[in-house]
Amino acid sequence: MSDMYIISSSPHIKSRDSIQKTMLDVLIALTPAALFAIYYFGVGAFSTIVVCILSSVFAEWGYTKLMKQKNTAMDLSAAVTGLLLALNLPSSIPWWVSVMGSFFAIIIVKQLFGGLGQNFMNPALAARAFLLISFTGLMTTWGGIDGVSAATPLGIMKEGGQLMPPLFDTFIGTIPGSLGETSAIALIIGGLYLMARKVISWRIPTIYIATTAIMVLLFGGKGFDLTFLGYHIFSGGLMIGAFFMATDYASSPTTPKGQIIMGLGCGLLTALIRLFGGYPEGVSFAILIMNLFVPLIDKYTVPKSFGEVAK
Amino acid sequence: MKSAIKRFKSGILDENPVFIQVLGMCPTLAVTTSAENGIGMGLATTVVLIMANLVISLLRNIIPSKVRIPAFIVVIASFVTIVDFMLQGFVPALYASLGIFIPLIVVNCVILGRAEGFASKNKPFISVVDGLGMGLGFTLALGAIGAVREILGAGTLFGLSVMPAGYVPISIMILAPGAFLVLGVLLAAFNYVLAKAANRN
Repeated sequence: MSDMYIISSSPHIKSRDSIQKTMLDVLIALTPAALFAIYYFGVGAFSTIVVCILSSVFAEWGYTKLMKQKNTAMDLSAAVTGLLLALNLPSSIPWWVSVMGSFFAIIIVKQLFGGLGQNFMNPALAARAFLLISFTGLMTTWGGIDGVSAATPLGIMKEGGQLMPPLFDTFIGTIPGSLGETSAIALIIGGLYLMARKVISWRIPTIYIATTAIMVLLFGGKGFDLTFLGYHIFSGGLMIGAFFMATDYASSPTTPKGQIIMGLGCGLLTALIRLFGGYPEGVSFAILIMNLFVPLIDKYTVPKSFGEVAK
Repeated sequence: MKSAIKRFKSGILDENPVFIQVLGMCPTLAVTTSAENGIGMGLATTVVLIMANLVISLLRNIIPSKVRIPAFIVVIASFVTIVDFMLQGFVPALYASLGIFIPLIVVNCVILGRAEGFASKNKPFISVVDGLGMGLGFTLALGAIGAVREILGAGTLFGLSVMPAGYVPISIMILAPGAFLVLGVLLAAFNYVLAKAANRN
């Protein structure tokens, strides 16, 4: 009997997309940033990336094995989480911190809440917040090139310092910072790839970055200073956050209207934390806070069904 | 006597105020930054619980049902005041570290819950046993959460260093998020063990 006669339940039209393919696209999109990190930060970056990916996949495998669930370690989602976490760590981080972060991301944030698609927060970001609060010293020692510790551009601005690296450096990425956040150009290439492959929509990243820009111009206290604006856009975690973190499927709104609200909220919070808060950088906390609003946003932005009568 | 032992045991295990009933979350999350604080808080609550259960049980036929909640609160508040002064007088260090949470024992829902759900319907002796069981269950839970948080978050237990020399404390554990993390994990483990034991029987 030919395939035509196989009877199955709906949906009858299936796309060829799979979790593995989507995750592979995300990994490909993160490759430029990862390669730049290895080139610029050296061995420390490479080992951090390897340790994070391996321990994330191991945590996923171990948990599903222990709980006698379907083994999902090979669907690449754990590898994406691991890579994202690595890109959020400084290159000088000790290996055990990477392992602890990966286990926290996969087991506590992802698996305990039901696994893939059920996590209410971005696992990599939650792990970063966990590590940042626990090991503030280790997490903010930005091993610049040659292992000399230095401050990030946003850190310098927070302290009111004047010695800023050239703006062009922040665009290329030759500045101190987390592995994957320094090179704006590598992240933009990755983000555009994801949009071209229709893995993410343009809404969250574009609106997120635009909102942050407008807020910085309005409340930055520098007037219409494009250099100041440039530092806020290209340095720090805004690019990686907007393209790769805020767009996480499980923890971002599904409706177009909801995605616009998500972008607006993230932008507002990022600018507020950076300009008025205690931390120099606000991207991770902004996205985590907005993650918590996602169920509410989704609830109130359900589109009207076709043919429904207005009440 | 048999029912008294059963009551005592159920306060610690099957009806554990923290891990099963999930009551009294405010002190559970707020003061368990160390094993000592957790146990101190637990014992203070136990004393109030026993005394309040006894008095409310004795008065159960006198208190009109319409005003029973205010009446319970007055009884509980009296004992909390006594405990408050005692702690201040005899263990000033613990008193200082528990701070506002001592007077707040008045509104601990474990105590009001036992008064409303048990002591006001049962005889004095069994009510005292119930208070003791519930109080110890609460103390054990707070002590366990406090111990885990102190070991992970500060590398010490009862103020003594217990971790190897190179240990870097996970500071988040003695901050507010750590309380939620440890409570969640311990709650899951407690229920898992109980369910396993129930299956075996």
